[in-house]
Formats: sequence, structure tokens, C-alpha cells
Amino acid sequence: MRLSLSTRVSAISALLPALLVMLVVYIGATGWTVWMSLTNSRMLPNNNFVGLRQYESLLSNDRWLTSVHNIVIYGVLFVSLALAIGFLLAVAIDQRVRAEDTIRSIYLYPYSMSFVVTGLVWQWLLNPTLGIQHVLRGWGFAGATFDWIVRPETAIYCLVIAGVWQASGLVMAIMLAGLRGIDDEIWKAARVDGLPKWRVYVSIVIPMMGASFATAAVLLSTAVVRLYDLSVAMTNGGPGIASEVPAKFVMDHLFERANIGLATAAATTMLLTVIAVVAPYLYWRARKEAAR
Amino acid sequence: MKRALFASVAIAAMALSLAAKPVAAEEMKAEVIHWWTSGGEAAAVKVFADQFTKAGGTWIDSAVAGAANARNAAISRTVSGNPPTAMQLNTGKQFDELVEGDLLADVDAVATEGNWKSVMPAAFIAAATRNGKMYAVPINIHGQNWLWYNKAVLASIGAAEPKTWDDAFAVLDKLKADGKVIPLAFSGQKNWEQNLFNSVLIGVSGGSMWVGIMGKHDAALAQSAEFKQVAVAYKKLKDYVDDGAPGRNWNDATNLVIQGKAGMQIMGDWAKGEFAAAGKVADKDYGCTVLSNHGGGYMMGGDVFVFPKTKDASTSKAQMTLAKLMLTPETQIQFALKKGSIPVRSDVDASLLDACAQKGMRYVADKAQQLPSVDMLAPPALVGALQDAISQYWNTNMSADEFSAKVAGVLKAQY
Repeated sequence: MRLSLSTRVSAISALLPALLVMLVVYIGATGWTVWMSLTNSRMLPNNNFVGLRQYESLLSNDRWLTSVHNIVIYGVLFVSLALAIGFLLAVAIDQRVRAEDTIRSIYLYPYSMSFVVTGLVWQWLLNPTLGIQHVLRGWGFAGATFDWIVRPETAIYCLVIAGVWQASGLVMAIMLAGLRGIDDEIWKAARVDGLPKWRVYVSIVIPMMGASFATAAVLLSTAVVRLYDLSVAMTNGGPGIASEVPAKFVMDHLFERANIGLATAAATTMLLTVIAVVAPYLYWRARKEAAR
Repeated sequence: MKRALFASVAIAAMALSLAAKPVAAEEMKAEVIHWWTSGGEAAAVKVFADQFTKAGGTWIDSAVAGAANARNAAISRTVSGNPPTAMQLNTGKQFDELVEGDLLADVDAVATEGNWKSVMPAAFIAAATRNGKMYAVPINIHGQNWLWYNKAVLASIGAAEPKTWDDAFAVLDKLKADGKVIPLAFSGQKNWEQNLFNSVLIGVSGGSMWVGIMGKHDAALAQSAEFKQVAVAYKKLKDYVDDGAPGRNWNDATNLVIQGKAGMQIMGDWAKGEFAAAGKVADKDYGCTVLSNHGGGYMMGGDVFVFPKTKDASTSKAQMTLAKLMLTPETQIQFALKKGSIPVRSDVDASLLDACAQKGMRYVADKAQQLPSVDMLAPPALVGALQDAISQYWNTNMSADEFSAKVAGVLKAQY
């Protein structure tokens, strides 16, 4: 298909703004960030090249190492739990329950809240002197202990709880759409074959829902990388540095601590990590498409 | 649609006519960026605004909530060439790079004329001076290492006001044994963990250690036995805080003291605002003191205003007028009353201030007591790195030896 010149010109000129935005905002800003990470910039950007010194101090920085450790824990647990719970919720709703609309809204409701609100609500719930533990003890369960949020070893799991609570509804909505897309004939055929219901889900429905799982997983993964506000609102990275995350490390050093060099080194490291994860997948997909 | 258009035109016309009025007064406009948004703070900044209006200027108030946000907004505007007339910073090293970049106007002429050097603590003059010229106007002094205690609670266990950290530990032990209240109200956020550590460092080992570590970045000092003693005392305080402390806000901790649910708290003098809001009276309902094993050490911080360089003569005039009127004795006392801080001038009438502020004035009047805050001694990057180390030490079972090695490492790294 060949387009006439005028069509091509107008197509390109229509795309130009988007292209410029991408070049300047994304590529340009990324390049600038990488350059800054090689300088000793403090509060204001400067161009004093110091090589990889910022990366050296980054790798010996306890807080950064804790942040990376935390994001791995959070990422694995958050994505897998949100997928599992969201899927189960969708299956539950798919059983043609009564008041489906209401239940669906309730499940989806947490997602309409910002991470900041979610974080504050859960901070209060989990606080041992105000929240769940306090209530249980008030009811007479004197030994009841639920103080994860104030213990450095467990604080990160509190972020997982709040994150999963918020995101499961969204996963449910995506999964429900996927389930509704499954042809009724399949269910009828399975019933004729006498397959138990769980078996149909595991062996037939789930494999057919690859696209839904992929969509949900991509959305959840981007939420993992940019995790910031939940940590700020819920624990402010504490107790100590126990629930720090990489994005918060970048923000704190960029602004409060006037350390642009270190902050951009951290940001660049985050970018490289994401590329290292995503690039093989993109390569694999490109190969697959070329083979088609 | 038409009506909305008409309405907006009418409003715009009204706004124009309002804005046009003070033109008669020689067009002295000042856009001021600051982060004083809470009740008492807003009332305090209004003192400046009123004085400026009286002097014939127009005050344009650009309050930005949150200190870091306000600083970022002001600094990026200054760097990009669209500066405000004046901006608030903390007394300290926050404007080093602005001076290096030749972005600030100096206030040396006003300072000499007003003879600031003879009425202000030397540390504040030094903190505002770069290359021999004053670039900032210090406007208040906040004491950061006060001990606040509930008089009724201490009386109930028969304890008197502690003077030294050793006294304080004795009182805390008594409160703990009594078991009715939380001995030490604490807000477990990184900056308050650091503030508590700083208070213990000054109180237990004194000013020379403080200046040596924070100001001279002396790593050997951080590995001395004396420093380890400080570290042990600091960590010991954890025995007296409650389970709900991690993540708590400082004012919630203050309210525990106010309500008699906790005995005492270490906090800056901004805590007084909470006591005042609850209708408590200094020296009657609550007491205040600065703990020290060596006869004193008052950790002084505060706020400054700086003035970005401008070519516009009327803006420049507005800047110098502001600088001058912020430091008149009358403005100083009115501001301090509203803000809860103490005046930066030592020659004002302190009788209007509350008992704790008067105590603060007495501390500041004594040269041996004056200690600069950490922000005046160390750049933000170093303060931040120390904060992480202190916070880790407080919240994990790191030993005092490991901690002192860590602090030494931070001091050795170049910040």
C-alpha cells in the first residue's frame, strides 16, 4: 500500500507533536538524568564529571540496598497475591450470584482511592495502640498481637497488605471481563464430559485467559516500580529504613537532601533494572512476530 | 456561558482595580515564598505582611505547604530566572549554592546600618554570611533540644524537674516502675529520631563534641569512647517509649504529654503551640528545660529570608525594606509571640513572652550555651546520611560499636 505524498506529510505532521514530546521529555530527560548521575551535583545541577563515584556510594549505601531488597519482596508478593485474589474474586462473582453489581462495586471501590488515603487508613488499622490489636485486646483477647507495622522485619509486608487490598478489585474487573469472554459452549462441553468445576478453571479457563493475566500483570508491575506514595503515607519508610523503596530514595535525595548526583544514579539504576527485565521479553516477542 | 464570561470579566475588572490601588505608593511589591501555613505560623507571617504594608508596599503571599516543597519551588524559580522577591529557608547551608551561583542579593548595607552584629548571636551572623557579606536575614531562634514535661505527672511520682540526663533517666525509671503512663512520648520518624539523638549528644557529651562531629566532620571523634557513651544513652531511651511510637507525628506525641498519658518529650519549642492550643500555661501545667550534664548547650536553629538578585530597582528597594523591617525590635517581638520562637535580637523586651521563651532568651544570652543546629553546621546531604544511620541504629539491634563505625564512615565520605 503506497500513500500519496500529501497523505504522508499530513500523517507525519500529525504525529510530530507526540514525537517531539517523546524525544524531548522521555529520551531527553532520561539522557540528562544519566549525565547528572556522572556528576557531583548537589542542590543545583552542575557538569563536574566524577565518573562512577555516585554509583560506588550508592552500592555501599545501606538504605539503597534495603530499598532494593524491599521492592523485590513487595513486587513478588504484591503481583502474585493481587493476581490470585483478583482472580478468585472474579470467579466468585462469575457464579451468577445475586446483587452482582453491588458486590462488584464494593470490590472495585478500594481502587478509586489514592495510595495516600489507602496508606493512612491502613496505618491506623495496623497501629498497635489504635487499630486492630487495640480492638482485639479491648474485646478481651489480652494476648492478641498484630504489630507488624512497628517491627522493622515485618513492616514491608504491611505495604503488601495495603497494596493488595487496593489493587485486587482492579484485577477482579479485568479477570471478570476475561471470564465473560469464555464461550458458554466450553462450559457445556465440560459438563457433558463430567469434569468438576475447579478442573475446568485450572485446565481450560486459565490457559484461555492469558491476555487478561498479562494485562493485569503489566499494570501491577508498573505500580511496583513506581511504588512511592504508599511507603510515604503508611510508614514513611520506617521503622528506621525498614520499608524504604527505590522511588522514595530518589525523591528524598533529589529534594530534601539536595543530592542530585546520588538521586539520579539511583534513578538510572532503576531504569537499567527495568530494561534488563523487559528487554528479553520484547526481544522474544519480536522474534515470535517475525516468525509468524 | 455568556453570563459566566460576564462574571469573569467583572471579577477580573474588580481584581485589577484592587491591584491598581497601591500603585500610588511607588509600586513596592514583594512576592514572598514561605511554608508557614498552620494557624500560628500564618499569624506570624502576617506580622511581616502588615509591617510591609504600613511601609507602603504590597505583600503578595505565596505560601507553599511543606518546607521542602516551598524551598524547591523558590529555588527552581530563582534558577530559571523568574525569582520571587524573597524566600524563606532554614538558617544554615541551604543557600550555599545560590550564593556560589551569584543568584542572591546581599543585605550587608542594611545589616551594618542596623548594627545587627552587636545584637545577634555570633553563630547566626556566621550562618548568614558568605565571603564576608551577609546574604540572609535570620528572623527567629528555635530551640531544638527542649525537654517538655507534664508537671502533674512528675508531681504524682514525687519527681522534681530533671536538670541533667542522669536526672532524666532516674525520673524515667520511676515513671516506668510506676507504670501508669508512658515515660517518654516519642514520634518515631527519621527526623525526630535524629533530633533526639542530637539532643542526647549535646546533653551527654557537650558542645565541643557536637561541633567536632557535625561541623568539623571529625571521624576519629565518632569512634571515641565518649561518643559510644552517647550512643548507649540514646539507645537506652528506647526502653521508655511505647509500642505505638514508630511513625507517630510529633504533635501527637506532644498531646500525650498534654493529656497526662506520657511524662515527657524532647522536642523543639514549636511544641509550645500544641500546649497553647490546649489551653495549658507554661511553668504551671507544663515545665520546660534543656538537659545537660555539662552546664548547658542550647541547640539553636531558625529561619532566614534571602533575596534573589534583581535588576529592577523597585524590587530591590522592596527587598531592602523587607530586610530592614523584619529585624526592627517591634516586628521581632510580635513575630516571636505568634510563632512561639524567640527573637533573634537580644535587645528586645522579653517580658511579654511566656516563661519558657524567657528561659530560652536567657540561654541564648549566655555565649557558652549557644550551639548551632545541625543544619547550620552540615550540608543537607550529610544531615540526611547521618539521619539514615541514626534511624537504623534506633530501630535495629545494631551495637554502639557498629553505629560509631557507621557514623565515622559517613563523616569520612565527602558530602
